[in-house]
Amino acid sequence: MMAGPKIQIQGVARSFDVSGRSMPALAEVDLDVAEREFVCLLGPSGCGKSTLLNIVAGFLAPSSGTVRVDGHAVNGPAPERGVVFQEYALFPWLTVTGNVEFGPTLRGRPAAERRQTVARYLDLVGLRAHAEKYPAQLSGGMKQRVAIARALANDPAIILMDEPFGALDAQTRETLQDELSRIQRVEHKTILFVTHSIREAVYLADRVVVMTSVPGRIKQIFPIKLPEVRDRFAPEFTQYESDITRVVKEEVAKVHE
Amino acid sequence: MKTVATRTAALVAALLAWAAFTAVNARVGFVNPVLLPTPAEVGRVTLDLLRSGELARHFFTSLVRIAEGFGLAALAALGLGLLVSLCVPLRLMVEPVIEFVRPIPPLAFLPMFLVWFGLGEASKVAFIGYTTFFPMFIAVAASVLRVDVVLLRAAASLGASRADLVRRVILPAALPGIIVALRLGIGLALFVIVGAEFMGADAGLGNLIMEGRVFFNPAQIVMGALVLGLLGSLINTLLLAAERRLLGARAAS
Repeated sequence: MMAGPKIQIQGVARSFDVSGRSMPALAEVDLDVAEREFVCLLGPSGCGKSTLLNIVAGFLAPSSGTVRVDGHAVNGPAPERGVVFQEYALFPWLTVTGNVEFGPTLRGRPAAERRQTVARYLDLVGLRAHAEKYPAQLSGGMKQRVAIARALANDPAIILMDEPFGALDAQTRETLQDELSRIQRVEHKTILFVTHSIREAVYLADRVVVMTSVPGRIKQIFPIKLPEVRDRFAPEFTQYESDITRVVKEEVAKVHE
Repeated sequence: MKTVATRTAALVAALLAWAAFTAVNARVGFVNPVLLPTPAEVGRVTLDLLRSGELARHFFTSLVRIAEGFGLAALAALGLGLLVSLCVPLRLMVEPVIEFVRPIPPLAFLPMFLVWFGLGEASKVAFIGYTTFFPMFIAVAASVLRVDVVLLRAAASLGASRADLVRRVILPAALPGIIVALRLGIGLALFVIVGAEFMGADAGLGNLIMEGRVFFNPAQIVMGALVLGLLGSLINTLLLAAERRLLGARAAS
């Protein structure tokens, strides 16, 4: 049996009404993501990469085209597609534990099982000691770790990440990239990851999809043929960085014209 | 407990200032001393009414009216506020009506309530309910509408149904706003109970004040006002304590 792509994006376009006029944000995107693949969407701000992610998540309906997961058309959010947001989106009235077990609680999992799940994923993100804290008591990096643990604890096949490290300082950002890379080597999820950092994309992705400026479409796809554990200073790494930078710069230049 | 000491000192100072002013006034006569009751006179009236049980009767009559009127309005405001803010077509229908009715000063309708509900308890309770409903309803609806869409998306992507979203996200996220709405309502209830009891009532703190005017007893008027102030700050203290208990967990935010 031939396994089809995990995520199939076919002719997906989306426009928004801006003061009565229809403005295209995303034009005719086709993209297949294989199971366990890590794909980064990269492009200048406002290129519609977050719009595309929101369509795959089921938060937005496409103006035309379809998104299929395992061959089934997406028509709303579902627990098979976990989402990690740039603004963390933790529930401030719940503890770290309460946040992480939110999904399992919805599915009515018994308390003992939930405790195990929480322990496992808090260990994975290194936050076991903070289980009873509230989000307001955590730093940005810790909040995003909780959000990642929350998404993983619900055991989705796919994780969609919308500039998850965009609000963090450079140091924390690299630490979390290391952690995500390590987690992916354990969890093997299918990941669609939006970023505007080329370095981040090359560090994490199996494929980097560079998008054009408004309206967004796919400009070029770079398969990253680097080992699983990557060295940010290896010559091959910096070569990918400069290749992709050249392509992205053309698009940024167009925005400023 | 420095704040408690400061607060007590401020209250004692205010009382002393009142005593000093009335004492000076009794000699110099800025205003007719009969019209300006001293702390001692107010204290005497308070004791008399406490002994006869009249003060308790008036106090609890008002308290029950506030509790009933505010309680009914709070339930309605919560239910309808949630319903209207979650259902867009309903909101579009209700909004213009609310926008028209809301600016009418509630006291303008007080005579109407006496005509409809008579001189008994029903008119007072209904009037407090009517007055407090609109601000609470609007505040509840606003706090539901302010719930961050990203929290709803996060919950939906974790598998939350519509009912889950209301129970597990919208209600807890709107809770601080709902508590503010309730405090607004109770403050307003205290505000309008006096007006409602000025007109056609046989008991209540407002009636006590009116009696003070009719029988020319300024000390009784001042006492009624002070008891209302005491009642208001008591309720506020209780609400703040309840708020701390409910929201204490996320206090750091």
